Amino acid sequence: MAELTRDTLREMQLRMLRIRAFDERASKMVKRGHIPGTVHTSIGQEAQVVGATMALGAGDYMSGNHRSHGHPIGKGSPLGPLMAELVGKATGVCKGKGGSLHLADFAVGSLGESGIVGSSIPIANGAALSSKVLNNGKVALAFFGDGAANQGVLYESMNMAGVWDLPMIFLCENNQYALSTPAHTVTSGIISERAAGFGMPGIRVEEGQDVLAVYDAVSEAVARARAGDGPTLVEVMTYRYNEHSEGLRLGTDYRNADEREAWLKKDPIMLFRHYLASQGFSDDELDGLEATALAEVDAAVAFSDASPYPDLSVAFDDLYTDKESAA
Amino acid sequence: MTVMSYLGAIGAAQREAMDADERVIIIGEDVEANVYGTTGGGKSRSDKGDFLQRYGKNRIRNTPISEEGIVGAAAGAAMTGLRPIVDLSYSSFLYMAMDQFVNQVAKNRYMFGGQASMPVVFRSAMFYGLNTGAHHSDRPYPMFMNVPGLKIIAPATPADAKGLLRSAVDSDDPILSFEACLLWSSKEDVDENEFWVPLGVARTARVGTDVTVVAISSSVPEAVAAAEELAKEGVSVEVIDPRTLVPLDRDAILRSVAKTGRLVVAEPAHRTCGAAAEISALVAEEIFDSLKAPIVRVTAPDMQIPFSPSLEKQMYPTKATIAAAIRRVVDLPALQPVAAAV
Repeated sequence: MAELTRDTLREMQLRMLRIRAFDERASKMVKRGHIPGTVHTSIGQEAQVVGATMALGAGDYMSGNHRSHGHPIGKGSPLGPLMAELVGKATGVCKGKGGSLHLADFAVGSLGESGIVGSSIPIANGAALSSKVLNNGKVALAFFGDGAANQGVLYESMNMAGVWDLPMIFLCENNQYALSTPAHTVTSGIISERAAGFGMPGIRVEEGQDVLAVYDAVSEAVARARAGDGPTLVEVMTYRYNEHSEGLRLGTDYRNADEREAWLKKDPIMLFRHYLASQGFSDDELDGLEATALAEVDAAVAFSDASPYPDLSVAFDDLYTDKESAA
Repeated sequence: MTVMSYLGAIGAAQREAMDADERVIIIGEDVEANVYGTTGGGKSRSDKGDFLQRYGKNRIRNTPISEEGIVGAAAGAAMTGLRPIVDLSYSSFLYMAMDQFVNQVAKNRYMFGGQASMPVVFRSAMFYGLNTGAHHSDRPYPMFMNVPGLKIIAPATPADAKGLLRSAVDSDDPILSFEACLLWSSKEDVDENEFWVPLGVARTARVGTDVTVVAISSSVPEAVAAAEELAKEGVSVEVIDPRTLVPLDRDAILRSVAKTGRLVVAEPAHRTCGAAAEISALVAEEIFDSLKAPIVRVTAPDMQIPFSPSLEKQMYPTKATIAAAIRRVVDLPALQPVAAAV
C-alpha cells in the first residue's frame, strides 16, 4: 500500500463525501422537477471514482460516461458550475448546453461525459495519443461500465493503445448491472482477463468499495503509463445504490433487496471513515468533513439558483468556431 | 505554376501542412506505404515511404482497420493539442465510425459549451464510377450535411484539392473531405507555393447568362463540358462549383440564379435529401420570383450502385444528362431520349 499523507487521506474522504452529497441533492432535485430530465448518480460507487481520479495528476486526462457527476467532482472540478449545468443555467460548466450527461471541465482534464455507452473510450485514447506524440508526460483514463465492456470500440481502442504503447488506463466500473441486465448474463468470462488478449496487464479490484485498494491499483497503472510502458485495463467491482436513471422511474425490481443490504454494509464512505479513525482522525474532524461537503453543495445550489438561464441569442454559439457557419 | 494531378495536389497540401505545424499528424490505414500517393507528395505518386522518411513514425501512423477507434482517437487527439489528418480510404468506410462522427466529433464543441476545439480533417475517396460494386461506390456527403457541427468540402479540381485542404487543416472545426476517385488523375496548373482556398466560398467555373448549373465534385467537369456544347447553340451557361457544402456559399448561388433565372443542379449523390435538393429548396425559398423555369435536378437515382459497367455508367450525371437538363430549362427541344439519371 502506498504511503499517503494525512492531507491526501482527508482529501479522499472529502471528495467521496462531495460526490455523495452532490448526488443525493441531485436525486432530490430531479424528482421535484428542479433539475430537468434525468440524472445517473454515483451513490455507492464513490471509492471506485475517487480512487481512480486521485491516482491521476492534475494535468492528466479522463473521459467518462452517463454516470457522470462523480468523475469531474473526483478530478477536482468546483461544484457550483456543475450544479448550474444540471439545472441548465448560463453559468453551467458547459454554459447549459450539455446537461448532466455531458459534463466536461477541461480545466481539470475532464474531456467529457457521454450519453452513448462506450462512445467516449476512444476520446481518452486520442488524448493518450496526443501525450505520446507531444511527449508531454500526461496520461489518460477512460471510465466505462460493465455494459460498455461489450462494445466493440473498447477493443479497437485497447488494440490501438497496445500496439502504440499509449499512456492509457481503461477503467471498467463494474457495478454489475447494465440498467436491469446482470453483467454475468451478457458477459462471457472476466472483463479484466480480456486484457491478456491485447498483451497488456489486466487487474481486477475485488474490494472496489475500498478507496485505497482502487487508488493503489490505478496508481500502479498510471506509473506504468507514465514510464512509457503502455496501457492497463483495471476492472473495479462496485455497486450503485439507486436506480439506473433517476427521473425515469424505472425502479430496481430487477435487483434483490438482500443484495443491496449486503453492499450497504461495506459502504465506501463508512469503511473509509473507520479506517481514518483508526489512523488517528478525530470524530470532530471526520464530522467536519461531512459538514464541509454538505455546505459546499448548499453553496453550489445557491450559485445555480442565483444564475440566469441562457438567452436564446446564444443558442447557436459554439456550434462552429465562426458564427457565420451556423445556419 | 506546375502541372499537378488531383492526388498529387492533396499530397502537396499534406506535406505543406506537415512542414508548417508539428502538431499536424497523419493517421489512417496504409498511410506509411503511400499506396494512394498522397503521403509521398509532389506532382504525382512519388517514392514509397517519402512522408515516413521525412516525418517519422511518430507523425505518420498506420492504423489497424478500426474506423470507430481511429475516428474517436483522432477526435480525442484534436481536443488535446494535435491537428490530425485522418485518411479513411474509401467514403463507404465512414459508416463504421458513425457514432464517433455524429456523437463526438460533431457535438463535442457545442455540447461542452465551447471548451472543446476539434481541429481534425477526415479525408475519404468516393470510389464511384469504377466498377467496384455497391460497397465501395457511395457518395455519402449529403448524410453528413445533415449533422450540424461538421464542415464538408468536395473539391473538384487539383488547385481546389490543394487549397481547400490547407484551409481545412488550419480550421479549428472538424472537416470531412470527400474526394472523387474519378478526378484523381485530372491535371492542371497549380501554384507550387502555399495557398489557401477559403471555406464557404464557391468558384465560378464558367461565366454565363442564360442558365446556372450548380455542380458538385465529378459533376463539375461534366457540367463545364455540357456548357461548352450548349454554347454552340447560343445558350450561355454559368457553372458554379460550391466546393464547400457546409458552410454553403448561398450568396454565390442566389446571385447567379438571380442573374440567369434558370437552375440545374448536378451531383453524383442520391436524389432524396441530397445537396441538390437543399440547393433547389434554397433557391425556391429565397428567389422564386426570379425563376423563369422550374428547377431541374440531375442526380443519381435512389438505388444501389450496380456492378456491371453497362448499368453503372448510367447512374451519375454526365455531359449528356446535364445538357439535356439545360435544354429543358431553356425550352430547347431534346436531342434524343436520354437514359438516365432521373
